[in-house]
Amino acid sequence: MKIHEYQAKELFRKYSIPTPEGGVAKTIEEAVLIAKTIKSYPLVIKAQIHAGGRGKGGGVKVVNSLTELKKTAEKIIGMTLVTPQTGPEGKVVGKVLVEKGLTIKKELYLSILPDRATAKIMIIASLEGGMNIEEVAAKTPEKIIKISVNPLTGIEPGHCRDIASGLKLSPALRTKISALSSNLYRLFVECDCTLVEINPLVITENEELIALDAKMTIDDNALFRHKDLEKYRDITEEDPVEAEAAKYNLNYISLDGTIGNMVNGAGLAMATMDIIKQAGANPANFLDVGGGADAEMIEKGFKIILSDKNVKGILINIFGGILRCDVLAKGVVQAAKKTGVPVPVVVRMEGTNVKKGTKILADSDLNLITALDLKDAAEKIAAIAKHP
Amino acid sequence: MSIFVDKNTRLLIQGITGREGRFHARQCILYGTSVVAGVTPGKGGQKMDKTPVFDTVREAVGATSANCSMIFVPPAFAAGAIMEAIEAEIGLIVAITEGIPAMDMLKIKNFLDTTGSRLIGPNCPGIITPGQCKIGIMPAPIHTPGAIGVISRSGTLTYEVVHQLSQEGLGQSTCLGIGGDPVVGTNFIDCLSAFEKDPETTGIVMVGEIGGTAEEEAAAYISENLTKPVVGFIAGLTAPAGRRMGHAGAIISGGSGTALAKIEAMRAAGIHVCEDLGRLGEFCAGLFKSS
Repeated sequence: MKIHEYQAKELFRKYSIPTPEGGVAKTIEEAVLIAKTIKSYPLVIKAQIHAGGRGKGGGVKVVNSLTELKKTAEKIIGMTLVTPQTGPEGKVVGKVLVEKGLTIKKELYLSILPDRATAKIMIIASLEGGMNIEEVAAKTPEKIIKISVNPLTGIEPGHCRDIASGLKLSPALRTKISALSSNLYRLFVECDCTLVEINPLVITENEELIALDAKMTIDDNALFRHKDLEKYRDITEEDPVEAEAAKYNLNYISLDGTIGNMVNGAGLAMATMDIIKQAGANPANFLDVGGGADAEMIEKGFKIILSDKNVKGILINIFGGILRCDVLAKGVVQAAKKTGVPVPVVVRMEGTNVKKGTKILADSDLNLITALDLKDAAEKIAAIAKHP
Repeated sequence: MSIFVDKNTRLLIQGITGREGRFHARQCILYGTSVVAGVTPGKGGQKMDKTPVFDTVREAVGATSANCSMIFVPPAFAAGAIMEAIEAEIGLIVAITEGIPAMDMLKIKNFLDTTGSRLIGPNCPGIITPGQCKIGIMPAPIHTPGAIGVISRSGTLTYEVVHQLSQEGLGQSTCLGIGGDPVVGTNFIDCLSAFEKDPETTGIVMVGEIGGTAEEEAAAYISENLTKPVVGFIAGLTAPAGRRMGHAGAIISGGSGTALAKIEAMRAAGIHVCEDLGRLGEFCAGLFKSS
C-alpha cells in the first residue's frame, strides 16, 4: 500500500525524524489557515498524489505571499496532474501539503528497502539528492553508499557511522544522521514497510537535517497487524475496477490491449498474456482468479473483463488443480447467460474434472469456442485478433 | 532417485485440521505419501482420519520421527509455524501459505541459514517426486515418474509445464515450486545443484518470471556448474513496469527484473530458452530425447 507524502511525514514525526513545519489542506481556506500558523514566507505547496515526478507536472510551487498562496492553491486543488508516473490520463489532486520553505545548503538521499537477493535490509544513501537515484547510481556509483543490515540484529552504531562518513558530514551532522538513520530503520521495521525514501534529505543553512520529501510503501501482507495504518489507504488513488475486483478476491490489473483473459494463478496468467501477444494481439488485462475461485467469482471476473469496452475477445485459460474445471465452466455459463456473449470467448481447460467442465460448456448452447490445448488456444485467439 | 523427497519421507502437516490442510492431507495420503502426524495447537490427542494430531511440532517429531513438515497455517501465524519447525530440527519444511509478511520472511531466511533445515516456499505449490511422494497442492494425475527435473516460481504454470512434458512421454524425477514471494527459503541454484547431483535426472526445466534477479543468478551458476541440459521459460514478457503481477515477487522495478533481461542472461549461459509456452512440451521432447 502506497501512502501520501503528508501521511508519511506524520509517521516521520512520530519517529522523531525532522520534517518541515506544515500541514495538509483540502480547501483554499485550510491552506490559508496553515499559512497563518507558519507566519513566514516562502511557502511550498505540494500536490498530494501517489505518483512521483509531481514537480515536473506543475504540482509543486513556491509562493511568497498570501495572495499568491490563494491563487496557487486554487490552481492545484482539483487539477488533473500529469506526471511521468501517472500516465497520460493524470490524477486529480484532492489535497495539498503546505510547508515552510527552507534555505537549502545541500541535498542528500536516504532510503531503506529489502534486498531480496540477500534477504537483508538495505540502507541506501547518496551524496546527490533530489534526482532519480537510479541515474545517480548508473552515472556516479561512487556517490552511493549501500549498507546491508541483518534483520535479526537490526541497525547498529557501526552502520550509522558508515552512513555518516560515506555522506562526508561535519561532526555535528554526524550525530544527527545517526539518530535519523536509526529512527528511520525503526519506522521501516515497525510499520512493515517495503520502502521508505527521503529524496531529498536536506542540510539547511542552520546545519539541520530535514526530510523534505517522504515516500513510504507498506507491505499489504502485513496490514492485518497495522489497524492504525489502514486509515492511510486512499481509494481514490486506486483504479476503481481493480478495487472492485479486489473485493471479490480477484487480482485484476487493467492494461490497454483488446484481448481480455481470465486465468488461475499469477504465473500462468502472465504466460497467457504473453501468448496473446505472440498471437498478434495485446492483452486487455491481467486477471488471476486464484486457486479457490467459485462459480460466483468466475462470473464476476467475466463481467469485469466485459466492462472494458476495448475488449474484442476473451481467452479463459484454467489449469484445474484446487479450482476444478466443472466449477469454472458453471461460472462461465452463469455469467454468459446473464451478460450474453458479445465478443468471441475461447475457453481452454485442463486438469481436475476437465471432462465434466467440457460437458457443461457443450450443453450450454452458448457460443463459446473451446480450445484443445494452449497451442490451439493461441491459434484461435490469433484468428480473432485478425478478424474481430 | 530424486531431490529432497522420496518414499522414505515422513510427513507431518502443520494446520492439518483446517479446511485446506485437511483436504490436501487426504490428497497426499491418497497419493501414497507417508503422512505420520498433524499439528494444530489445542487439538493434540485428536485424529484427522487416521492421522494423530499433536499440539506442538516437537511432540509430533518425538512420537512419529517425522522428518518433513508441510505448512497450511494462515499467514498471520505461518512465520511462527515455520520457526517452530526449524527449532524442532525438521530437515525439510514446505510452506504452502500465501501472504506471509515480507519482514517475517526476511527474519526467517536469516535464521534458517544458520540451521540445518531447508525451507521450500512460502507461497508455493510444494514438491512431488512422481510415484513416490507428493507434498503440496498440485494435481497428482498430470505427473509421471521419469528423468526430468522441474523447478518453478509459480503454481499453475508449473502444472502446465509438467502436463506438457507428460503428454510428450517425458516423465519427471522431482517437480517443485520455489514460491512467488520476494524472499523464499530455497532458490533456483539450490535445486539446480541438487538436480545436477541426482543420477536419475537427465535434464532440467526451469520456469521463471519477472521480478528480482534469481533467474540471472541461476543462469550464471548453470554456465559454471551444470553438465545436464536445461530448458528455460520466463513468464511476463508483456507485464508493465511497476505493477505487481499477482505474486509479491513479480514486479519490474527500476528497470530491473524484466523478462527480456532474464531471457538474455539465460541464453548467454547456454540455457535452451523456449519462448512459446504452447510448444514447450514439443521443445523439450526435441532436446531431451535427442541428448
